[in-house]
Amino acid sequence: MNPRRRQRAALLLLGVMLLIAMAFSVAGGAFPIEAADLPRVLLRPAEGDELARQLLLEVRLPRIVLGVILGAGLAIAGAAMQALFRNPLADPALIGISSGAAVGAVAAIVVGGAGFLVVAATAFMGSLAATWSGYLLGRRTPGTAGLLLAGIAINAVCFSLIGLFSFLANDAQLRSLTFWNLGSLGQGNWFILAWLGPWTLILSWLVYRRWRALNALLIGEREAWHLGFSLTGLRRELIVLVALLVGPLVAATGIIGFVGLVVPHVLRLLLGADHRWLLPASALGGAIALVLADWVARIIMVPSELPVGIVTSLIGAPFFLWLIGRRPRRRGV
Amino acid sequence: MQRYRRSLLAAALALPLVRSAYAQTAARPPARVVAAGGSVTELVYALGAGERLVAVDLSSVYPAEALALPKVGYYRDLPIEGVASMRPDLLIASDQSGPPATLQRLRDLGIPVLVVPDAPTLPALQQRIRLIADALGVSNAGEQLTARLEASLAALPPLPDRAAWPKAVSIMAHGNSVLSAGSGTTAHAIMTLAGIDNVMQGQNGYKPAAAESILAAAPDVIITTELSVRAQGGAERLLALPALAITPAARQGRLVVMEDVLYLTFGPRLDEAVTRLRERCTPFAKTT
Repeated sequence: MNPRRRQRAALLLLGVMLLIAMAFSVAGGAFPIEAADLPRVLLRPAEGDELARQLLLEVRLPRIVLGVILGAGLAIAGAAMQALFRNPLADPALIGISSGAAVGAVAAIVVGGAGFLVVAATAFMGSLAATWSGYLLGRRTPGTAGLLLAGIAINAVCFSLIGLFSFLANDAQLRSLTFWNLGSLGQGNWFILAWLGPWTLILSWLVYRRWRALNALLIGEREAWHLGFSLTGLRRELIVLVALLVGPLVAATGIIGFVGLVVPHVLRLLLGADHRWLLPASALGGAIALVLADWVARIIMVPSELPVGIVTSLIGAPFFLWLIGRRPRRRGV
Repeated sequence: MQRYRRSLLAAALALPLVRSAYAQTAARPPARVVAAGGSVTELVYALGAGERLVAVDLSSVYPAEALALPKVGYYRDLPIEGVASMRPDLLIASDQSGPPATLQRLRDLGIPVLVVPDAPTLPALQQRIRLIADALGVSNAGEQLTARLEASLAALPPLPDRAAWPKAVSIMAHGNSVLSAGSGTTAHAIMTLAGIDNVMQGQNGYKPAAAESILAAAPDVIITTELSVRAQGGAERLLALPALAITPAARQGRLVVMEDVLYLTFGPRLDEAVTRLRERCTPFAKTT
């Protein structure tokens, strides 16, 4: 089969899988609604159970849409950063971008800004500072080690700042803070989605537009320059775009790790490293992964709930170990 | 200290008896109740309405019947869908419950939410009893409970000589963190009602136990809970914790162990908690 055709087919398949995952997710949850009853509950409010309808429309659906947006955003950010750092271990949470965003958000909460937009703005500033430091520090030492060391350092700084703010916080603030460390889609509502949806779409598209440059970066920075890409400009653009993409997402959900690491990596193994296909495939794959992870988080200990960050870490962390384990044998992306 | 207790009681009695609007509008008392917060759950049982509970949160560990009910997570992080799935006609939530957006969204789903004050003070307790009793349509039981509490607190024997009465530190050591109770905590409030000076009252809430502060304050008694003793592997191990080891109280083994739920909940068994704490501290009163 012609490679381009294969990739188109893969995208189509991922799209179908996302729809199936969403359907599963809509039908499952603590509140029992039979899958067969869904159309009736949604379309004929007069006959059905009003609480079930409200719950579907105002709680479960926004949550699933938030999962799609967040998963897509994190995976695109992960794919773009893996190319920028030329390192398959780059992930928004691992190298400290998410915790940088969390520091910004936590600072805003403790200082007194409670609104979602304020928190999202400070989260962006935090993630920008962390991405930039990660880039500067990570490039000093070539290879994976430098990047991971930078990530460890940035995460250490961020978590100590989060610790400091938690100590300063009053009891009510403390309750909103604990949320950052766990990560949950539970607060998804249509107001937040009305901002996050278009925002993530625009930024993802801006990242996607740079797929040729990302491909060139994979060969090497010098080679990219020879191919006619202005490196300083490109680097700056990508860092700002990724921080803009990740910051508000973290502001809405807290830190959810490993989606941005695992999804692009698996898809690169399956589809190859051409970002023209890898970026949209990652977006779909990330959305599938997070929707399914949240589905598990919601149904595994009914009527209680597991923070989805725990689910993604439980699945993602062993994969990360495997990734580090196999690195010596196969160099390069 | 006794004067302090009297003034607390007086303030509580002076509170106007406001009937909650909820109780008046509800046509019939709710039959499917979810309780969020251990102090709420214990009160619902104490008011004789325990059989109407359909779910509680993870902090609701007393009475034992509550343990058999479905758990809707921890009261500070309630899941919207988990609570809604119990189809409650009333959620009674401690004012420490949250996240705040979750309570609002449950209201938006048409689930009545009653938020009750959870501060460890007598006025808050009386208000909590009244609000919950009214909402459940058992106002009489609420009044009886309040009256019983007031009577039994007022009937406590007068404190022995103020100078001879021990001062203490309250230590919670359930896991790796060893915390001392400052003002604003239930432990502090119960100590105060028992007439015991909390040497850490300058600190607000639970904070990691600072060895030097505790040593400098020289408590006569160390108060802790059964679970803390068990978590540390015995009373001796607990007294050997770095934060306590060199205090005179620890060296001489002056340890008072209280039942966890009794000592950490400001609720219907408050009089019992105060009485027991007093009894157990009495042997350590100075005999000068």
